[in-house]
Amino acid sequence: MADEVILLDLWSSMFGMRVRVALAEKGIEYEYKEQDLRNKSPLLLEMNPIHKKIPVLIHNGKPICESLIIVQYIDEVWHHKAPLLPSDPYQRAQARFWADYVDKKVYAPGRKIWATKGDEQEEAKKEFIEILKVLEGELGEKPYFGGESFGFVDISFVTFSCWFHVYETFGNFSIEKECPKLMAWVKRCQERESVFKSLPDEKKVLEFVYFLKKIFGIE
Amino acid sequence: MAEESKVTLYGYWPSPFAKMVEIALKLKGVPYEYVEEDLTNKSQMLLSLNPVHKKVPVLVHNGKPIAESLVILEYIDETWKNGPQLLPMDPYKRAQVRFWASFVQQQLQDSMIKVAMTEGEAREKLVEEAYEKMRLLDEGLKSFFPDGNPSIDTEHLGLLDVVFVSFFGNHKVHEEVLGFKVIDPEKTPLIHCWLKALLDLPLLKETLPPHDKMVAFIKFINESALKSSTA
Repeated sequence: MADEVILLDLWSSMFGMRVRVALAEKGIEYEYKEQDLRNKSPLLLEMNPIHKKIPVLIHNGKPICESLIIVQYIDEVWHHKAPLLPSDPYQRAQARFWADYVDKKVYAPGRKIWATKGDEQEEAKKEFIEILKVLEGELGEKPYFGGESFGFVDISFVTFSCWFHVYETFGNFSIEKECPKLMAWVKRCQERESVFKSLPDEKKVLEFVYFLKKIFGIE
Repeated sequence: MAEESKVTLYGYWPSPFAKMVEIALKLKGVPYEYVEEDLTNKSQMLLSLNPVHKKVPVLVHNGKPIAESLVILEYIDETWKNGPQLLPMDPYKRAQVRFWASFVQQQLQDSMIKVAMTEGEAREKLVEEAYEKMRLLDEGLKSFFPDGNPSIDTEHLGLLDVVFVSFFGNHKVHEEVLGFKVIDPEKTPLIHCWLKALLDLPLLKETLPPHDKMVAFIKFINESALKSSTA
């Protein structure tokens, strides 16, 4: 019996993109269902009654929620191809730690950079750059966060890269200038089919943010 | 015990995050050295072991540090095979356990803290929100205890049991200090039974901080917070 895999997602969500990249890395065929978060579908509400958020992966009728939990699930079910987590328990713990760091730290200041002004925006920008520098430090001289292979931490963070243009535009700074090694890593990741096929064009994301600011009345 | 395989846990006695790790180590029968950290005066050792977050718990094994409680728990489960298996083998069940563990640790804990930090009318709304989250967990538990009767023994404890008992094992402390029934047998019957079964296990009951000590600690924290917000 063939697997039925459905992804409930929003094209601009860096969290949804993580799942898209993981599915692509594993070569899994799936049905993509774009969600309207201002008018949530019965399917979304049924599959994620707790958080009512995307992404949700529905595998043979059973829902899995929370992007990093979904990526680990994908890695465990389709374990015969392209392992996303290392096999050594200590290395795995390090991978989980850094993916958790990205998950906890990056989104909020990033959002403040485009959604706020003045001191609040400046603070957020400083915090954001600081976080990027910590990640750049962790990357070190490695081609990927996972070492020689693209993996869990890379997936958790690379999806923010299509939002960099948004942060740079509103924050008036250059990520390349602040973290050149990180940008080199971004370019390296973007050469992978799973990444360039899963991430939207950064200009489209910027347009979307202008639209969001307008409809939410954010100056 | 060879220096290499030595296990050290850097913790803080009232921290449920550190408690989770202690319980996991005990369940697995792993000998370890416990180092109490004073979070108002963090040691150089802690800062060097966890420079990113500067928090407890930190587990050091084979000279290598691991931070973040849920990450540590999975590491413990993967490294030591005696005692109960904290995560199930089936990927779907694992995903569910991870989801609810994160829910308890972030969402529920967050709600409790908000209630503790608020007074007056706003508090009522936050209490209702906390109950709503508890109800969601109660509903979610139905897939773990399909016959509605949680019977637990130490051989079969899982990650979610460890997480929940660490955060809510001392619920009577929260009830005394916050003045609302955190675990309400009518609102959340399954949670109530589950927690009762967990607290019946001596290993868990003995590892949790003593009631009075915890009450004094929480009162002190709340008073300090109040003082600093009115200063």
